[in-house]
Amino acid sequence: MIHLHGVHKTYAGAQPLHVLKGIDLDIAEGELVSIMGASGSGKSTLLNILGILDDYDEGEYRLAGTLIKGLSETRAAEYRNRMIGFIFQSFNLIGFKTAVENVELPLFYQGVSRRKRHQMAMEELEKMGLTDWATHYPNEMSGGQRQRVAIARALVTRPQIILADEPTGALDSKTGVDVMELLKRLNREEKITMIIVTHDPNVASQTNRIIRIKDGVIEG
Amino acid sequence: MIELIAEIWQTARRNKLRTSLTGFAVAWGIFMLIVLLGAGNGLINAQQENNDRYVDNSMMVFGGMTSKAYGGLQEGRDIQLDNNDLAITQTRFSQNVDKAGAILYASGVTISVGENYVSSSLRGVYPMDQEINKKEIVAGRFINDIDIRDQRKVLIIPENQARELVPHNPRSLNGKTVKVGDLAFTVIGIEKEDKSRMSTEVTVPFTTLQTIYNYGNRVGRINFTFHGLATEQENEAFEKRYRATVNRQHQAAPDDEDAIWIWNRFTQAMQMAKGMNIIRTALWVIGLFTLLSGIVGVSNIMLITVRERTREFGIRKAIGASPMNILRIIIVESIIVTGFFGYIGMLLGFGANLYMDATLGSKPIETGLFTTTVFVNPTVGLGTCLGVTIVLIIAGTIAGLMPALKAARIRPIEALRAE
Repeated sequence: MIHLHGVHKTYAGAQPLHVLKGIDLDIAEGELVSIMGASGSGKSTLLNILGILDDYDEGEYRLAGTLIKGLSETRAAEYRNRMIGFIFQSFNLIGFKTAVENVELPLFYQGVSRRKRHQMAMEELEKMGLTDWATHYPNEMSGGQRQRVAIARALVTRPQIILADEPTGALDSKTGVDVMELLKRLNREEKITMIIVTHDPNVASQTNRIIRIKDGVIEG
Repeated sequence: MIELIAEIWQTARRNKLRTSLTGFAVAWGIFMLIVLLGAGNGLINAQQENNDRYVDNSMMVFGGMTSKAYGGLQEGRDIQLDNNDLAITQTRFSQNVDKAGAILYASGVTISVGENYVSSSLRGVYPMDQEINKKEIVAGRFINDIDIRDQRKVLIIPENQARELVPHNPRSLNGKTVKVGDLAFTVIGIEKEDKSRMSTEVTVPFTTLQTIYNYGNRVGRINFTFHGLATEQENEAFEKRYRATVNRQHQAAPDDEDAIWIWNRFTQAMQMAKGMNIIRTALWVIGLFTLLSGIVGVSNIMLITVRERTREFGIRKAIGASPMNILRIIIVESIIVTGFFGYIGMLLGFGANLYMDATLGSKPIETGLFTTTVFVNPTVGLGTCLGVTIVLIIAGTIAGLMPALKAARIRPIEALRAE
């Protein structure tokens, strides 16, 4: 599903910063992996490249067989929209939109009709057990509920991979466990490839494989 | 599109005060534009209404004083137009001249019916004068060719003077005999009084006046209508030819511009139209500059909005919004804010114009001698509304463009990093 070979990334500046120094990584379909690393290790940069939010300088990145390199912003947006579902630490829901409107948004950018969109979003919320909260605004919900809305939003487009950046980081431990259970279940039951970036060993230990990154290279 | 507008409504509602303050600047700009254009139209219409009292394609010729010595004669001679000049106008210039006539005046006459009398002046004219000066007859008829040929003692009297003579039923004077000095004249028509000047002139056949007042073959001033002179150059060429011909009849230098005076209403109207266009353009320019400050305000606010919503745009981009999608949100929002408040300003402007029309527009200014209206219909037409709409859309686009480009360039990573 994911194939990285010799990926380098340097941030230009007065003092050029060589962040990724030749990453080789393969993740198969249906895997649940975690990426661990200290801050400054390059794990955020790797996540950005995996999520087509940032470009890289050298090497190649194939996502479901498609070479992702030097895309225009518009193409990158399209690929993100169709292939990747994001889950963020701070949920990143849009505050003035209701839960269902937030879930609908990726479909809106796909040009799905209003009715179809609403129906798909409601189905996704139902899976998360949030049907009753569909017309509530994010600030009326608990952290766990918000994260579940964000997960619904990530899943609604049926993406190839889910990228989760510290998905439990902003949640209390009990809710964090619930969210992890949810992600694991989705991986198990729906065979969704899932990559979780975390520095929490508890979270990492629940995944099938742990990828450790240090100083821009993958350890082990 | 409907969804886009619904979305913009959601965001605009969150910043009511800010949005309305910005909107006020735009509304004010459009308001000023509409009021200025309306007032300008009022002035222009009033001027046009004045002009409409004459036929455009006519000229009037007056005798002057020579300014050049010519053919052994000194300068400074008075030139009196005579029957010969009138005949020449008619015959030699028939290619352009339709109908030629002449006007003579006699002032200080008293017209009386029984006990009642008015002091008045006589104006001897040809039948074509009715067309040139747009005389409106409310009873009877105007001078005709037979009156001219037979030097009939007939007259047309303005209604206000008729009222002095027969207070209760002025129009009944038509057909009656009145005394002009010691002579008996028959009233053949009542003329609508012209409120824009003192209407004390009584109209009589030209030949009658020329004979009674011993003008000999002098004709006072010549007037005629013409055709086939479309451009300013053609008019100038005609005037030059005409001047040369008439000057020669009076042993004046053909190029002496003071020997006779030519007043060409057609070129005057052309110049007037040019002037009106300049006024109109100037009003648009002033209005647009007023609007400009409003546009800068909108642009400013949109920039702040973009900054505030950086994170939101980052999220949108992360989940698949293209730069174009983001660009559109901002530009459409800008157009809607500009357009919405612009239309409010436009409606208020219309209101102000209607108020102007109801007050200044319908109240003529009474000077005692004549009445005049400063503003006639000081409103703007449908064309202006359309123009203003287009201006608003363009203005909104321009105001939104810079902030929108800024928004479209937002990189999701940076936006999402900002906690």
